[in-house]
Amino acid sequence: MDMNRRQFFKVCGVGLGASSLAALGMAPPPAYAESIRHFKLAHTRETRNTCPYCSVGCGLILYSQGSGGKNVSQEIIHIEGDSDHPVNRGTLCPKGAGLLDFVHSPHRLTQPEVREPGSDTWTPISWDDALDRIARLMKDDRDANFIERNEQGQTVNRWLSTGFLAASASSNESGYITHKVVRALGMLGFDNQARV
Amino acid sequence: MTNHWSDIQNADLILIMGGNAAEAHPCGFKWVTEAKAHNKARLIVVDPRFNRSASVADLYAPIRTGTDIAFLGGLINYLLENDKIQHEYVRNYTDLPLIVREGFGFENGLFDGYDAERRGYPDKSTWNYEIGPDGYALTDPTLSHPRCVYQLLRAHYSRYTPELVSSICGTPQDLMLKVWEAVAETSAPGKVMTIMYALGWTQHTVGSQMIRCGAMVQLLLGNIGMPGGGMNALRGHSNIQGLTDLGLLSNLLPGYLTLPRDTEQDYAAYIAGRAPRPLRPNQLSYWQYYERFHVSLMKAWFGPNATVENNWAYDWLPKLDIPGYDVLKVFDMMYEGQINGYFCQGFNPIGSFPNKAKVSAALSRLKYLVVMDPLQTETAEFWRNAGEHNDVDTAAIQTTVFRLPTTCFAEENGALVNSGRWLQWHWKAGDPPGLARTDVHIMAGLYHRLRELYLSEGGVFPDPILGLHWNYARPDEPSAEEIAMEYSGKALTNLTDPNTGAVEVRAGEQLAGFGQLRADGSTACGCWIWSGSWTQQGNQMARRDNADPFGMGQTLGWAWAWPANRRILYNRASARPDGQPWDPVKKRLVWWNGTRWAGTDVPDFKLDSPPEEGMSPFIMTPEGTARFFAVDMMAEGPFPEHYEPFETPIGRNPLHPDNPLARSNPAARVFKNDMELFGTAEEFPYAATTYRLTEHFHFWTKHCRLNAITQPEQFVEIGEALASELGIAAGDRVKVSSNRGYIKAVAVVTKRIRPLTVDGRTVHHVGIPLHWGFSGLAKNGFITNTLTPFVGDGNTQTPEFKSFLVNVEKA
Repeated sequence: MDMNRRQFFKVCGVGLGASSLAALGMAPPPAYAESIRHFKLAHTRETRNTCPYCSVGCGLILYSQGSGGKNVSQEIIHIEGDSDHPVNRGTLCPKGAGLLDFVHSPHRLTQPEVREPGSDTWTPISWDDALDRIARLMKDDRDANFIERNEQGQTVNRWLSTGFLAASASSNESGYITHKVVRALGMLGFDNQARV
Repeated sequence: MTNHWSDIQNADLILIMGGNAAEAHPCGFKWVTEAKAHNKARLIVVDPRFNRSASVADLYAPIRTGTDIAFLGGLINYLLENDKIQHEYVRNYTDLPLIVREGFGFENGLFDGYDAERRGYPDKSTWNYEIGPDGYALTDPTLSHPRCVYQLLRAHYSRYTPELVSSICGTPQDLMLKVWEAVAETSAPGKVMTIMYALGWTQHTVGSQMIRCGAMVQLLLGNIGMPGGGMNALRGHSNIQGLTDLGLLSNLLPGYLTLPRDTEQDYAAYIAGRAPRPLRPNQLSYWQYYERFHVSLMKAWFGPNATVENNWAYDWLPKLDIPGYDVLKVFDMMYEGQINGYFCQGFNPIGSFPNKAKVSAALSRLKYLVVMDPLQTETAEFWRNAGEHNDVDTAAIQTTVFRLPTTCFAEENGALVNSGRWLQWHWKAGDPPGLARTDVHIMAGLYHRLRELYLSEGGVFPDPILGLHWNYARPDEPSAEEIAMEYSGKALTNLTDPNTGAVEVRAGEQLAGFGQLRADGSTACGCWIWSGSWTQQGNQMARRDNADPFGMGQTLGWAWAWPANRRILYNRASARPDGQPWDPVKKRLVWWNGTRWAGTDVPDFKLDSPPEEGMSPFIMTPEGTARFFAVDMMAEGPFPEHYEPFETPIGRNPLHPDNPLARSNPAARVFKNDMELFGTAEEFPYAATTYRLTEHFHFWTKHCRLNAITQPEQFVEIGEALASELGIAAGDRVKVSSNRGYIKAVAVVTKRIRPLTVDGRTVHHVGIPLHWGFSGLAKNGFITNTLTPFVGDGNTQTPEFKSFLVNVEKA
């Protein structure tokens, strides 16, 4: 700072006035100042993501809290538009602006469950039990109904009695691995939301 | 989209028809605003409702739902009769000069070869070009041959007079002509219109032909391949584009390759049928390389087990006995008790498919149902009695249902493909709740269990299961990165230049693009159109350079677009036949620089083919040109014809009033018992249409608090005239019924839906938003698709959600 002697005294005078007020007991107690909450987003981790709703593909920044340590789960606390993104330029629509409520919806599923025939309730089940039972049902159905040859004796190798409906918002990688498995099983009753 | 979102800024005119971008794609719609603000563009909206897109339009024209082909057919007639076409473009880049086979004809609403019994055209042999002795299609550059496509097109649409079109669509004639005049102005070279459409075109029994008709208008005007032009499908979900590209449809394989039919027992014939030689001299006919894409896919899936000896595991692919087991077909089979097991991965069919009663009965006949989803869905709980909203007999439903919790976007790495074909990578920000897993983890878990079962106890045809190539670091949970590298493709052996013998790509390295794919088993690539998305230089989908050096919004360094990072498809057509842009100032995209093609976008063309060689821009067709005449590719005919929705409010097709066979799409499939469930205008007099709201996304956001607050309760929209006729006041509860069921909701009485005069009578529309169901944080409601008919488009089988009949009464 560049200042001459006269200005120096002026500044000091203001400073003196302020500290005199404090001495008269008119300043907030020091403990109060220390308790002011820090701006939350200043201490978050930023992760680039894409809105999962419509097909504009708006860029998102997800802000999460947590130490970043290996044993610490990051908690997503805020979602906003990515201002670098050439399509949405930081904006989000009313759906995208509410995305945090999708991530933290009380209706998120957290546990594999089964509803047995005729029952009116869900019963929790372990992942291993669920996948074992499903694989058993699939294999029994495939072995019973797989068609190796049609009536003309042509090789057709298809399985029609189980079908698979793929998603509309799952990643390319989920879609690719799903297709790889479904076709290896010989399924043809296979579609995704693009059909409707 | 042939183009992409930010490219809309380059348009001179924007036509939104069959969509409502302002409400359904709000952040993409900003580029319409941008074009208006900075390019003096005008916006035209044609829709049954004065929606929010219409509210900022320069011109709005109402139209009866389901009659877009009449409107566009009339427009084609107007352009031809008033000579408002881009002559040099259509003569050089389209099939207008090509000559069609003798015997092709159209009479009283039907093309030749119709079989009423089979509801279709089993013999389409005349729906094709006349081939000369040299094997090339015949042409008449003067466009005067009576069977050239130009003359046939002209004759076909000459019936679509303004008077008749106005009477079919209910659009007032003066308004309609204003729209046509504005559109016609873009026939000037360098003046460009873009068309933005969405489910408002796909969800009709003639949906594919509506879209074709729009594309034909764009071709006549020379607007395809141009910046600010194109046919822009605004896809409904964030990765519908990607999942379609990956071929997750009954009859497809990744990259728009197709599964064999039963009759294709011979591998060589299967390939030959899909790898057409050029139909005109000097054309590229890029599908001639089909085998390279196919073999590379089979190497990605089956690795060393796909060999030249077993025809690259050809018999391991299931073969089709019918065109496809689409969802309507599968749910009809399920209804008939022919399906035992079903999987729903992030999909809620009881909300998303037509005629809920039939879907619910079908699900009840399953032995097992597996639902994978991040959220509760009505499908997983179809057995739960939710009173009037889902009145089922729980104890009688014997289906075992598994509900598996999955991650959502925020909890995984991976890529989504937006409507503009951009593959954009995203990163995990937090852990999923509870025990939720990724879909990849679940599919790998099921696959390994099945593999173990087949290994330990044997079973029917285990070969493709045991032979599947599963070379991932963690077999139980392959990483997104490994899978992305697999679909982008790599060399399996050293790839050498055939001329010099120099090694171009070393074994194990990622490929630079699909140009490097081979048909000899030396490359593996899980989705050829995505080849180059993960190269030796790394993940191209994660790129974040938003530089736009030409100021045209192409941002070639942002993410990665298929194919080959091209942002605008058919962009060779943005230049004249001599290789220079139609408009070198504002619409420059690609051009011939004297030695090669270059430009502001990646040229969609053979880079070293000089203009003199005469290669046409549409390199995927064997003739090199775009098609007005769809040859034998469409179910209901080579030219779009207006047919009424299956539930029509006027009971006849004014184009063919005396032919009941030509009333609704004569080639649409209708299942047994569904025909009887169509309602008539006598009982259900109002034309209904369904749609989304800005504040909700399908059936997901009713589980999100903010969205549930902004739109808490189910409603239907009714015009003031109809409301006063029925004595309904705003806020009253009404019962809306079709021949398949009813819903009850709050009535919103609005000026935005007006009665139309159609075929001499008054037709009222009823608007029915989609988003409610029997679980959620919003107030529970009825599933809208209780009302809709179980019939689909003649080609895609996409259900007719946008046009059906209802009655409305006070509840």
